[in-house]
Amino acid sequence: MTTQHNDSLLRFMTCGSVDDGKSTLIGRLLFDTKSILADTLTQMDRTSKKRGLEVVDLSLLTDGLQAEREQGITIDVAYRYFSTGTRKYIIADAPGHEQYTRNMVTAASTANLAIILIDARKGVLTQTRRHSFLAHLVGIPHIVVAINKMDLVDFDQVTFEKIKADYLSFAEQIGLQRAGRDIQVVPLSALTGDMLVDRGDAMDWYQGPTMLELLESAPAAHSEQNEPFRFPVQFVCRPHASDDKDLHDFRGFMGRVESGEIAVGDAVTVLPNGYTSKVKAIQLGDEQLQSAITEQSVTLLLEDEIDTSRGDMIVKSDQAPEPVKQISGMVCWLSETPLSTARTYIIRHTTRESKAKVGAIEYKVDVNTLEQLEAQGLAMNDIAKINFKLAQPLMVDSYSKNRATGAFIVIDESTNNTVGAGMII
Amino acid sequence: MTTANKTTLSHLDWLEAEAIHILREVAGQCSNPVLLFSGGKDSLCILRLAEKAFRPGRFPFPLMHIDTGHNYKEVIDFRDQRAAELGERLIVRSVEDSMKRGTVVLKSEDESRNKHQSVTLLEAIEEFGFDCCIGGARRDEEKARAKERIMSFRDEFGQWDPKNQRPELWNLYNARSHKGENIRAFPISNWTEMDVWQYIERENLGLPSIYFAHQRDVVMRAGSIVPVNVPLASGEVINQPKAGEEIINMEVRFRTVGDITCTAPVISDADTISKIVLETATTTITERGATRLDDQTSDASMEQRKKEGYF
Repeated sequence: MTTQHNDSLLRFMTCGSVDDGKSTLIGRLLFDTKSILADTLTQMDRTSKKRGLEVVDLSLLTDGLQAEREQGITIDVAYRYFSTGTRKYIIADAPGHEQYTRNMVTAASTANLAIILIDARKGVLTQTRRHSFLAHLVGIPHIVVAINKMDLVDFDQVTFEKIKADYLSFAEQIGLQRAGRDIQVVPLSALTGDMLVDRGDAMDWYQGPTMLELLESAPAAHSEQNEPFRFPVQFVCRPHASDDKDLHDFRGFMGRVESGEIAVGDAVTVLPNGYTSKVKAIQLGDEQLQSAITEQSVTLLLEDEIDTSRGDMIVKSDQAPEPVKQISGMVCWLSETPLSTARTYIIRHTTRESKAKVGAIEYKVDVNTLEQLEAQGLAMNDIAKINFKLAQPLMVDSYSKNRATGAFIVIDESTNNTVGAGMII
Repeated sequence: MTTANKTTLSHLDWLEAEAIHILREVAGQCSNPVLLFSGGKDSLCILRLAEKAFRPGRFPFPLMHIDTGHNYKEVIDFRDQRAAELGERLIVRSVEDSMKRGTVVLKSEDESRNKHQSVTLLEAIEEFGFDCCIGGARRDEEKARAKERIMSFRDEFGQWDPKNQRPELWNLYNARSHKGENIRAFPISNWTEMDVWQYIERENLGLPSIYFAHQRDVVMRAGSIVPVNVPLASGEVINQPKAGEEIINMEVRFRTVGDITCTAPVISDADTISKIVLETATTTITERGATRLDDQTSDASMEQRKKEGYF
């Protein structure tokens, strides 16, 4: 028997609070895909009994740190893993209360699919709107709306259809339903397992895919694949002092293909300086590649000797962006210290850094009502449209087209903390 | 070797590409990083990833092992052999030296030195002025690890504050630190035990022999298989059986290797990597659950050790 290596990988996140049954949903997915091992299960069983429960509480699986157990809350994004044999999954599990925006934006930044949980008894709530807006803001391409706790509404189809219609009309209103994004709605019960991994027999009226089928069939490939080629240089390899004479002129530009693809012979431009050359070779370790695709980490060798260093970006000559010294973006503030318009911050964009000053805060968004409000400053969890003036030029794309070259973080130089997350408009 | 064009990345290719990216970010952002290398399977994967990330150049960091002095000879030999093959610099700092300095004091002579590695590690970080330590920890190993960042900030005392971690978004890692502080970087955070074994199989990586099924003298102690009469590189023999314990010669292998006093083997006849991959696919016990005697003490023991500067 040979082992399967060619399965794909999907990163997804779950949005919802403990009350929506999020922990139970994750626990159930892991349990029903047989990803929980016996010793963990025994420990969960023991804890469940200690708390006076008759069946194993699957939500205990996502019980994290000591401090969290003591306070009965979740503090931070946790990452969990399971595999179905055809696909490997990375779940970003974001907590549902305080610091929610900050944590959700963090979890969403690496997710390709979001599960938005709705309690079937409660329907579309303010928090559902908030989750959906944030999923939209962070550009998650696939949305699965899980109408959970169907067991508590007698698996009633009418209830499901009503919530589904409510949600879809709201989704249209905020522009969630846009080209290239699909929204699926599935009824389920994480507690009983119906429509999660197994269909069960309580909801024969639903003919659509189960939750797991949706996860298994969602495209894992990033939409950045069809975007222009972007290759931020991370590190330059110049082993000229090596004993090997052949390496004296070796100059390898190391990085990850953030979008698009590149092949040997392609004409490239190195930004911000604008030098041009052609790709001589593409290497991965000792392998010589003819081409490289999005998310591949490779080393590029160019035909000409070009002075290039970390922070530069290699692009295809006919797809070069214009370096800019001013950017405008939606910024989520992550720090307990409020944004100060008087201070200078550092912006990290791909592998490049620049000092930055706030030009203007155009407006702040109320994540619950989606209203645009006037703002003088930003506190933690605020989301606002901000213009920055930059000391160094950046090579940016709009975030809605390219998550990798449209994203940036704001760093506070005094603490070195990451204080903001930005998405270029 | 020329490889055909790809259209999407398999999960192992994706994990590999992510890890290479992280290693290069460390090299690009930190001025004096070090790669922690124990000779264990996870750190052997990282060495292969570092080759893919930096060859034909040299690694932009030395390798370092914090040796408790209670490691399996097979692993220590393999560690030295691998570092020599790669032609990279290996630094070894030992818990025994910290004991001599008086910075590590054991409660009793047979107390495990494992958790005291933190002290020696912090001493070595100070000695060399390292601003980043690259390690092979994975988020699937333990629940305190599930919330750890890929670039995890430690203060001057090497402490991890789980409630106050730097947000980490997209692949924009922030490895900045002030003097005295440092970053722990975990390139294979998103790998599971299965991914590690599949990668070892695919890349045909060599491993210390004790990962494969072999005959070994053990005793059963509190539900765990405890190796006894283990010879060290120094010639000393540790883990003597206690009075009344019956020595059994058993076919076992190690799923994790670490300090002898806290690493238990599992019963297995898997003597090749492909058999280990199959066994990993069908096991019912978690990696640490079966094999790490140090995590069984309390529900929060890893979290506690990490707050104190442990890897």
